[in-house]
Amino acid sequence: MIVLEKRPQPSKAWSYATPLVAVLATMVFGGILFTILGKNPIEAIGTIFWEPLFGEFAFYYRPQLLVKGAPLVLIAIGLSLGFRAGIWNIGAEGQYIMGAIFGAGAGLAFYPIDAFYVFPIMVLAGAFGGWLWASIPAFLKVRFGTNEILVSLMLVYVAEQMLASVSLGLLKNPEGFGFPGSRNLQSYDAAHNAELISGSGMHWGVVTALIAVIFAYVLLNRHMLGFHIRLTGEAPRAAKFAGVNPARLILFCLGLSGALAGLAGMFEVSGPSGVVSIDFNVGYGFTAIIVAFLGRLHPVGILLAGGLMALTYIGGEIAQSQLGLPAAAIQVFQGMLLFFLLAFDLLTNYRIRAARSEVA
Amino acid sequence: MDLGEINPVLLVASLMVAATPLLLAAIGELVVEKAGVLNLGVEGMMIVGAISGFATSVETGSPWLGFLAAAVGGAVLSLLFVLLTQVALANQVASGLALTLFGLGFSALLGQGYVGVKPPSMGEIHIPVISDIPVIGPILFQHDPILYVGIALTAAVWAVLKYTRAGLVLRAVGENHDAAHALGYKVIKIRIMAIMFGGACAGLGGAYISLIRVPQWTEGMTAGVGWIALALVVFASWKPWRALLGAYLFGGITVLQLNLQAAGVAIPVEYLAMSPYIITILVLVILSADKSSAPASLGRIFHASH
Repeated sequence: MIVLEKRPQPSKAWSYATPLVAVLATMVFGGILFTILGKNPIEAIGTIFWEPLFGEFAFYYRPQLLVKGAPLVLIAIGLSLGFRAGIWNIGAEGQYIMGAIFGAGAGLAFYPIDAFYVFPIMVLAGAFGGWLWASIPAFLKVRFGTNEILVSLMLVYVAEQMLASVSLGLLKNPEGFGFPGSRNLQSYDAAHNAELISGSGMHWGVVTALIAVIFAYVLLNRHMLGFHIRLTGEAPRAAKFAGVNPARLILFCLGLSGALAGLAGMFEVSGPSGVVSIDFNVGYGFTAIIVAFLGRLHPVGILLAGGLMALTYIGGEIAQSQLGLPAAAIQVFQGMLLFFLLAFDLLTNYRIRAARSEVA
Repeated sequence: MDLGEINPVLLVASLMVAATPLLLAAIGELVVEKAGVLNLGVEGMMIVGAISGFATSVETGSPWLGFLAAAVGGAVLSLLFVLLTQVALANQVASGLALTLFGLGFSALLGQGYVGVKPPSMGEIHIPVISDIPVIGPILFQHDPILYVGIALTAAVWAVLKYTRAGLVLRAVGENHDAAHALGYKVIKIRIMAIMFGGACAGLGGAYISLIRVPQWTEGMTAGVGWIALALVVFASWKPWRALLGAYLFGGITVLQLNLQAAGVAIPVEYLAMSPYIITILVLVILSADKSSAPASLGRIFHASH
C-alpha cells in the first residue's frame, strides 16, 4: 500500500524538476500519440524540438521563436501574478483581442499621418484596451462578488464578436475591395512594429516581454505588493491580518494582466500579423495559461516556458508541413504538458511512502 | 425586417432544443459541485462527447449508440480530472482548465475525418392524438427522446439529492468532507463517482449539439456552452429545478437572437451573437450576492491524513 504524506515544506528540488519531468512524459506520451497517428515518433518529436533550433532552416525559424514566444511570455507574466494570489483571469484571449482592436484603431485613426507619436499612442491604447476588458471582471468581483473565472471567459466570446464586427465594419480597409480586415499596418510606417534588428525577430513586443519579466521579478521579490500577492495565495488568513486589501489586489492583478495581454495583442497586430481580421487571434491567451504553470508562476521560469511553448508551435508547424501531422495533434501535445505538470506537482507537496501495516 | 415571421410556437419548441445541451451539462456539474468538487472542464468534456457521439453514430448508423458513446467519452475524459484532483491532489481550477484545453485539441484531432458529414437522424417522438394538439403538441410532445431524458434526469437528480440516503451522503461530502470522512464515508470514492456522472452528462450535452441541435461536426462547436452551464449552476443556487428554468431562459435568449438575426433586425449580427454571453454575465452579477447555498467544501482539496 502506498500512502501520501504531506511535506511540511514544498520540496525545492522537485519544484525545479517537475517541469522537466512533465516535458519528458509529454514527449513519451506524445510519441505514442504520433505513433497511433501513423507517424514515426522519434522523427516527429525530433522535428518539433530539434528542427527549429538546429535544423537546416534554423536561420529562418530561430527569429520565429521570439515572435511566437513574446506574446506568450507577456501574457503569462500577467496571469502568473493573479494565479499566485488565487485570482483567476482566464480571459486573456479576449484582452489580447481588445488590445489589438484598440491599438490598431488608434493607429488607423491617424492614417496616413507619419509622425513619431503614432506608435507610442498605439501602445498606450493597446494596453488600455486590455486593461479595460480585464477590469470588467475585476470590478464585478470587487463590487458584487461575481466569479472572475466565468466573467473573464464570457468576455472572450464577446471580444471575438467585437473583432468580427470591426473587421467587417469600423476598421475595414476602405481600399480593400470589400474584403474583410483592416489596412495592413506593416505598410504604414509610423504604426509598424518593425523588427529592431532586421532578420532577428526582435520587435518591441519582445523587448516589452523581457522588461515585464524583470518587472515581475522585482515586484515579487523586492516589493511589498509582490509580498502581499504571494501571501494572499499561500496564506489568505495571514494576509488578512497583515492588512492586505483584497479589492486593491484584485483590481491590480486583473488590470495588469489585462494590460499586458492587450500589449501583446497590439504588438502582434502592428507587427507580425499586420491586419485586424476575423481570425486574428490564435489562442495565445489560452496557451499562456499553460506557459504560466509550466514556468511555475515564476518570471524566469515563464521566460523559459514561453520559449519552449513557442518551440512546439513552430516545430508543430514544421511537422505539419513535412510529416503531415495534424495541427490538432500539437494542441493535444500542449494540453498534455499541462496535465503532466499538474500531476507531477504531487511530488513537490507530498512524499510518497510505502505504508507500514499499523494498528488503527 | 419582419418580426411577424417569427412563429411563437416554433420559437418555444426550438427554445427547448437549444436549452437541452445546457441543461444536461449543468445537471451533471450540479451533482459534481454538490459533492464539493469544482470541475471547470465541462467545455472540454462536452466537446469530446460531441465528437465521440458524432463519430460513433456516423460509423454505426445508430444515434442511440452515439449518445452512449458520448456519455462514455465524457466520463473517460473526466477520469483524467479524477486522476489530477483526487489522486494527485492538484488544484481544481488549473486541472479543469487543463481538461478543457486538452479536450478541445483532442476533439479536433478525433474529428478530422468528420467535417461536413451528416449524422443519422434520431427522429422525433410522435404520440398519436397528444402530439397533434395545436400549440401544446408541437411545443411539448414533438421532440427527440434525449430532450425528455434531460428533463427526466433533472427530476431524478432532484429526487435523489432530496429524498435518498445516497443524496444525503453526497451532500454531506460536499458540505464538510472532514466530517463525512470521520463518519466513515469514502469521500474520494463518492467524489469520483460524482465527477464521472458529471462527465457523462456533459458528454451527452455535447452530443446533443453535434447530433440533434446543429447537426454536424465543426471544431470547437460547443462555443462556450460548457462555460455557460457552469454559470447556470451558480444561477440555479445548486437546485436542479432552477437549473432547468435557467437553461430554458438561456435557450430562449439564444433562439431569440438567432430568430432576430434571421428576421433581419437593424441590430448588427455580431451584437446579437454576443448577447447570450453578456446576459450570462448580467445574471451572474445579480445572483452572486447570495453565496449561502454553495456547498461549503466546494473546490477544497481533501487529503485524509489518518
